[in-house]
Amino acid sequence: MRIQLNGQDHELRGAVSLADLVERLGLDVRKVAVERNLEIVPRSAYGATMLHEGDRLELVNFVGGG
Amino acid sequence: MQNDTWTVAGRTFRSRLIVGTGKYKDYAENAAALEASGAEIVTVALRRVNVSDPGSPKLVDFIDPKKYTYLPNTAGCYTAEDAMRTLRLAREAGGWSLVKLEVLGDRKTLYPDMIETLRAAEILVKDGFDVMVYCTDDPLMCKRLEDAGCAAIMPLAAPIGSGLGIQNPINIRLIVEGAKVPVLVDAGVGTASDAAIAMELGCDGVLMNTAIAEAKDPVLMARAMRLAVEAGRLAYRAGRMKKKMYADPSSPLAGLI
Repeated sequence: MRIQLNGQDHELRGAVSLADLVERLGLDVRKVAVERNLEIVPRSAYGATMLHEGDRLELVNFVGGG
Repeated sequence: MQNDTWTVAGRTFRSRLIVGTGKYKDYAENAAALEASGAEIVTVALRRVNVSDPGSPKLVDFIDPKKYTYLPNTAGCYTAEDAMRTLRLAREAGGWSLVKLEVLGDRKTLYPDMIETLRAAEILVKDGFDVMVYCTDDPLMCKRLEDAGCAAIMPLAAPIGSGLGIQNPINIRLIVEGAKVPVLVDAGVGTASDAAIAMELGCDGVLMNTAIAEAKDPVLMARAMRLAVEAGRLAYRAGRMKKKMYADPSSPLAGLI
């Protein structure tokens, strides 16, 4: 299935939860926040959140800024 | 000086200098400048994770969020909706409610759009955020933001990143006099004397990024800013002498030989 990840097309195989995706991307779950189809997903719900065709995900973290 | 603290939204701080974390050569230089500045609060931005390079350096690995208070900002947001979306995500990423609201209105001047800023502030306050708000140096608008429940008022000294210093000291003083919440000058400071002037006007603190990050030696400038903020604060508390039109000798006239 195809999802939008940070504005880019992203291909996923099989049933994938948000927790799986974060792990596959090699990201530290404690350092990111996720918005799925404009709704914030609480960190505690990553495992139970199954991704679907066409989902639009934003994965964000803190960077330097003024 | 030890007991001269200030408090925003129930959190008490000793340092009256807040520094940004943008525009540095790298996070290591940023961390060194932060250490030299003595700041306890740092502003941070929220951006998309670079998913193609998950191992790239992370801010949190250089500046410990347990040691420093992260103040997520909404820099780059041009509508209240964008700002609110960003801060809700920031709250999820960091788990705290103290934020810096900044809603810009013009790409050339980076001037804040005060109508959108006020609208966002009202909603964010209702949503449980402690809002430190970047704003123009208009005393009436600052009062409106305070009445909307903002935790701190942060008027600009000059346009963001300009380094032009305090352009309107009269307004900054009026804002300080009228506010019951902390007032911090945010944006436009260029060098140490600018920070000292802000503090001499009675501001509770100063927020800056470019003045340190774009100095030839950011670590040295960070220390200069620390001392300037402390000096300006002490001068404000001490109460300056009256200005006079003519000279007044410092040595006694009596007993001249």
